[in-house]
Parts: sequence; C-alpha cells; structure tokens
Amino acid sequence: MTRHLLSCEDLTAEDAILILDTAKRLGELSTGPMRKLPTLRGRTVVNLFFEDSTRTRISFEAAAKRLSADVINFAAKGSSVEKGESLKDTAMTLEAMGADAVVIRHPASGAPYRLANAGWIGGSVINAGDGTHAHPTQALLDAYTMREHLRSGTGDLQGLRVCIVGDILHSRVARSNVTLLTTLGADVTLVAPPTLLPIGVEEWPATISYSLDDHLPETDALMMLRVQNERMNSAYFPSAREYSRRYGLTSSRMSRMPEHAIVLHPGPINRGMEIASEVADSPRAVIIEQVRNGVITRMAVLYLLLGGSESGLGDLVDEEATA
Amino acid sequence: MTTWHIAGAQPLGGEPVDIAISDGTISAILPTGSTPAPHSTLIEAHGLIALPGLVDLHTHLREPGREDAETVESGCRAAALGGFTAVHAMANTDPVADSAGVVEQVWRLGQTAGLCDVHPVGAVTVGLQGERLAEIGAMADSAARVRIFSDDGHCVNDALLMRRALEYTKAFDGVVAQHAQEKRLTEGAQMHEGVVSSRLGLTGWPAVAEEAIIARDVLLAEHVDGRLHVCHVSTAGSVEIIRHAKARGVKVTAEVTPHHLMLTDDLVETYDPVYKVNPPLRTARDVVALRAALADGTIDAVATDHAPHPSESKDCEWAAAAMGMLGLETALSVVIETMVNTGLMGWAEVADRMSIRPARIGGLEGQGRPLAVGEPANLVLVDAGASWVVDPAAMASRSRNTPYRALTLPGRVVATIYRGRPTVLEGRLV
Ligand SMILES: [Zn+2]
Repeated sequence: MTRHLLSCEDLTAEDAILILDTAKRLGELSTGPMRKLPTLRGRTVVNLFFEDSTRTRISFEAAAKRLSADVINFAAKGSSVEKGESLKDTAMTLEAMGADAVVIRHPASGAPYRLANAGWIGGSVINAGDGTHAHPTQALLDAYTMREHLRSGTGDLQGLRVCIVGDILHSRVARSNVTLLTTLGADVTLVAPPTLLPIGVEEWPATISYSLDDHLPETDALMMLRVQNERMNSAYFPSAREYSRRYGLTSSRMSRMPEHAIVLHPGPINRGMEIASEVADSPRAVIIEQVRNGVITRMAVLYLLLGGSESGLGDLVDEEATA
Repeated sequence: MTTWHIAGAQPLGGEPVDIAISDGTISAILPTGSTPAPHSTLIEAHGLIALPGLVDLHTHLREPGREDAETVESGCRAAALGGFTAVHAMANTDPVADSAGVVEQVWRLGQTAGLCDVHPVGAVTVGLQGERLAEIGAMADSAARVRIFSDDGHCVNDALLMRRALEYTKAFDGVVAQHAQEKRLTEGAQMHEGVVSSRLGLTGWPAVAEEAIIARDVLLAEHVDGRLHVCHVSTAGSVEIIRHAKARGVKVTAEVTPHHLMLTDDLVETYDPVYKVNPPLRTARDVVALRAALADGTIDAVATDHAPHPSESKDCEWAAAAMGMLGLETALSVVIETMVNTGLMGWAEVADRMSIRPARIGGLEGQGRPLAVGEPANLVLVDAGASWVVDPAAMASRSRNTPYRALTLPGRVVATIYRGRPTVLEGRLV
C-alpha cells in the first residue's frame, strides 16, 4: 500500500482488493461482540474539511472512532481561494498537533496532492474529495457494494457492466470510479449529454454514450450522479425538465434493466431530477447500503494506511478473544 | 573607463574578431589578436558567441504596486544577466500604466537603474477595464515615447474598441499587442483543455479561445490597415491563422515565450503551481508547431512574459495560485536548448528573433542593430558550450517562480554590454 490515498490511480488491483477484503473483515468484526477495535489507539486522525460535507465527515469520523483513533474535526471556514487561512498554514498547524493522518475535503482539484507532496506535513493524506478531480473512498465503497451484490463479496469485478450517468464533467465520483472499476476489470460506460462530458474523455478507459436508453438492458450496475439545477445557467442543458426526460432514471427505464441489476447513487439525491422517487425507494436501489459500506471501507483505508495488514486483523481478534 | 577591447568573439557564431568599443559605440572590428588601444580594458572572449543585445517585448516589472514581487531595478538586473539590453515593461501595474504620468515614472525608474533600456507599454483601455480608450496619444508623446499598447493580462474583448485602437495607433506608427483570450470560453480556466485537464479535473482553457480572438483581430487589422502584435502565441492553430494573415499582407507580428517552446501540459499532473501560466502550457504537438513557426519566421520574436510572483502566490493549491513564471534569466538558454541544439535555428536567427525583430516591432532605434562599426554598443557574449543548473535562490529577480528549477540548461551569458558599458562580466552583475 502507498502512504497516501490521493486518487484511485494510486491503487493496483491487488491494493484495491486488499482494501475491499479488509473492509469486509472489519464489517464482520464490528457487527460482532467488539463494536470498537483497539487498532488505532493513540493515533490521531484529523478531518480537514474546507467544504461542507456532513455525510462524508461523519462517515470518516465513525470509521476512525471504531478503530479507537483520536479524531479532530477541523472545519476550515472558506479555502484560501476565499482569503481564509492558507492551506499551507493550516497544514503546518496540523503537523504541530501530531496528526498521523489527515482526511482532506477541498474545493480545489489537487489540494490533497499538494498537501501530501509540498513537504508541509509528514502524516498520511487521505483524499475525501477534491474539486472535480477525485473521491477515492467513494469509488471504493461503490466497488464494495457492487462486489457484495454482483460478485458474492470476493475477488475483482471482471466483466461487470457498469453504467455511470450524469454530470461526468464536474464529477470527482465519476473520475475515481472509472479508474478503480477498470482497474478491477469492470467495463464502464459513461452516459451524459455531450456538454457534460469533458474534452479529452475519449482517452478514458470507458465507452462514451449520449443515450441512456441504449444501455439499460446490458447494465449490471447503474450509477446515477447528482446533477445540479444551476448547471443549466451555464448552458450545459436547456432545462431541468429536459434533462430529466432524457437522462433521469424513471420506473419504466428501470424495468428495462436485467433482474439482477442494482442502482447506485453517491448522494445526496436530487429526487425528480436524475432519479425518480419510486426508483430511489425501490429495493433495487442500494443507496443506504452504500452509506453503511462507506464506514467500513474508510475503516479499511485508515487501518491499512496507518500500518495494519489484513492478516493482522486475524491476530487482533485472537488476542482480544484470549485477553 | 569608456574604452573596451573584446578579444576573439564570434559575431553570430562566425569567425573570431576583436571588437573595440568607445564612448558607447562600436569603434572598430579588428582581426583577432590585434593590440588593444591604449587605456582600453580587455574582455577575453575567445570561444564566445557575440549577439546584439537581446530585446524583450513582454516583461512584467511589477513596479509601481507590487514591489514585493519585482522592482524595475531588480527586473533590470535579471534582464542584464539574461543578456537583455532592452525590455518592454507591461502596463498591468498598480496604478495601471494608462497615462503619461505613470509611463514616465516607469521610464525614469529604468533610466535610474541604468542596466538596460526600459520601454513602458501603455494600456489600451483605462485601468485595463476594456471600456474606453486610455490616452494613447499622450503616452506616445510623453518622454517615454510609448509605441506598444497592450491590456496584457486582459484581452481587449470588445471588437469595436480593438478596431479603434488599431486605427488610432496608426497616427504614430504604434502597435496594439493583444493578449488573445476569449473571456466567456475561459471562465474559471485553470489549464489547457484536453486529455490531461479531463483527468485532473481542472477547468479547461481551450485553444479555440486564443485562436478565435487572433482570427478576429487579424481581420480587424486588415480592415483598418493597423498594426497588430499577438502576445504569447501558444497553439498550433494560432500559428496557422497568423501564417495565412501574413501571406495576405496583414500587418501582424507575433511572439512566443520560452516556456511555450519547451514545457507541456502534462507537467500540471504535479499540481505544482509553478507551472500555472496564462496562456497555459499546451501539448507536445503545439510545441512542435511553435518551434517550426519561430524557425520559419511566422512567429517574429521570443518574448519572455517574465511574470514574478511572491512565494505565497505559488505555495498553495493550484486554483488559488497566481499565473505566470520567471523568464528573463533563462530565456536564451531555453532558446538554445529548443531551437539551436535541435538544429532549427542558427545564431543569426537567434539574433533576429531575440533582438532585431523585437526592436523593430517596438520601434527602438538603438537596439537590434548589426554588430558593425558606428553602431551602438549593445551586445551579449554567450558561452554556447557551457551548461548550468537553474537555482531559483540564485536568481536576481525578487521572485523565485521559475519552472526550470534544478534543470540543467545549455548556454551561459558571460557578458552583457549596454550602451558601451558592461552590465555583466564573467556571468555576474558588474
Ligand atoms: Zn498575457
């Protein structure tokens, strides 16, 4: 494993499978008699959030606490773009506090990369979402969820047909998923209006399509991305209604998917825009499960980056059992 | 001491000669080994190439307003070390150089520094706001004799204003230097729009945003028979537009920066803001086209776009960082690396693109002249075989934002002679 998790490009297939396997084991352990594992006792994890995201912050916080780490939440009011304290000064403050890992969410693409490589701090850096660049733990929890449902919870995702629909241009979730899922052997199709696909996307390891309807019968996992209403102000599409008519997931569209297919969404969902309410609430939507899997995947990332190993988990359980 | 004897220099890389300088003028060109005139000081130059002093069309000296990043004096020191004997100071200072008062202030600061000629560029529009013309005529008539007008940093987006500026400057043979950047197409732009930006999740600055403005401007220049100069051409498509316009006889000239001749957008993968510049670093295909255009003369000049920034403007995340990089002290070395050592240009072409043509575009009389008897003694002596490792901390500029940090570059400026007096000897400021 690398020291930092900045993007899914840092992960080989073996790394990714190790994280997913570790997450599975941690999930089993934390539903057992020991809800809290002592692994990271005495270690400090800082949640450094330059962007409001209660969901992601709480998920990381829960993950770190279940591993017995000390958690410091550092909500930076406004980034240095908005003339707050600079990223460098904040980083040096955290270094002085002795952070073993910094979980960073930042509106600027590449900010976690700078934090890890500019020589400002010594601990591990975990990217919890940077601008429109990457969100690796989201991709890991998505892969975990797909593996549980469609590959019996083991191995890679060879041959899995995944369709990602929506605002690919502005989506760090899409970028990280394309990288991770293809690393794990899945076939990824990106569906969006041409305005919401980046120039250069033809070089990505994915199939590009402008039509959702063409792909529904051949999809095992359908991931709907949040589309912001405001995008229409920059002429990405004419109106919310037109977007939802062409790219929204309705019940009738869902019925054209194979029986086994699942629907994912990174949340928060925009009911009636990219996904109809009855779809979001249907049993095929695994949105709540994604949230649950987010905690154990993040536990696995923290555990492995801060020096644990998968085999170490077995020892840990034995020790605790005999203690 | 006003008399100098340069021994054994090779003008434009030709046969070695001795060059005698007295009272600011080249007084004799002698066979090498000639006895120096009495009371003259010897400058040993065997094995060194002699070029006319370099002329930069595009320098940000930051004074007045941002003396923490650069001053006229510190910028002139960097210029002299880079082999320059004249620079054009861009207008985007604070206050903006949009009046006779400000351009005369910069002009006088240059005179006081006395290290190279400093020619202020005047703003095209008041405060670079793009709304109404600045007093272009007053700046032309001032002691600074401004001939180049530019809103650089901003594009003159309004087609009518651009047309009027191209027309108005004809009265005194001025030229409008355009920073070509279509505003709407580059809102929030962070880097070249292409494969790399798609992966990095950085908002793209498409090539078409430059090309669309250049296409419009050459048509405007053609229509009113005005003089257009295109700043920092960065794309293969821009080169084609300029090539076609020149073939039609449009009065258009163009410059390219050293960094666009050498660096490409994949460097942004480091997210290190030292590579953040406007226009952005482009692709390898663009670099090839720019080199070819400079070699065949479609692009007239190399201009540094020297843009100093204090460290806090670069020691941050990409989106928060300022755009621009240092250029004066590395320009000649980068041209040697990309154009001479590749066989694309000889020394005569280097002199043409870095001295003769830029001086002509700027309307400078005592610069960009042949190395001949009776000409002003502005020249640079270069050790083409030497190489050096770029050390930001060792630069004369007040800022440190060089993208060539730790790179080994070929060629070293050994001496710069400005108006008959050395400003640099043995690679150091005199
Ligand atoms: Zn510019």
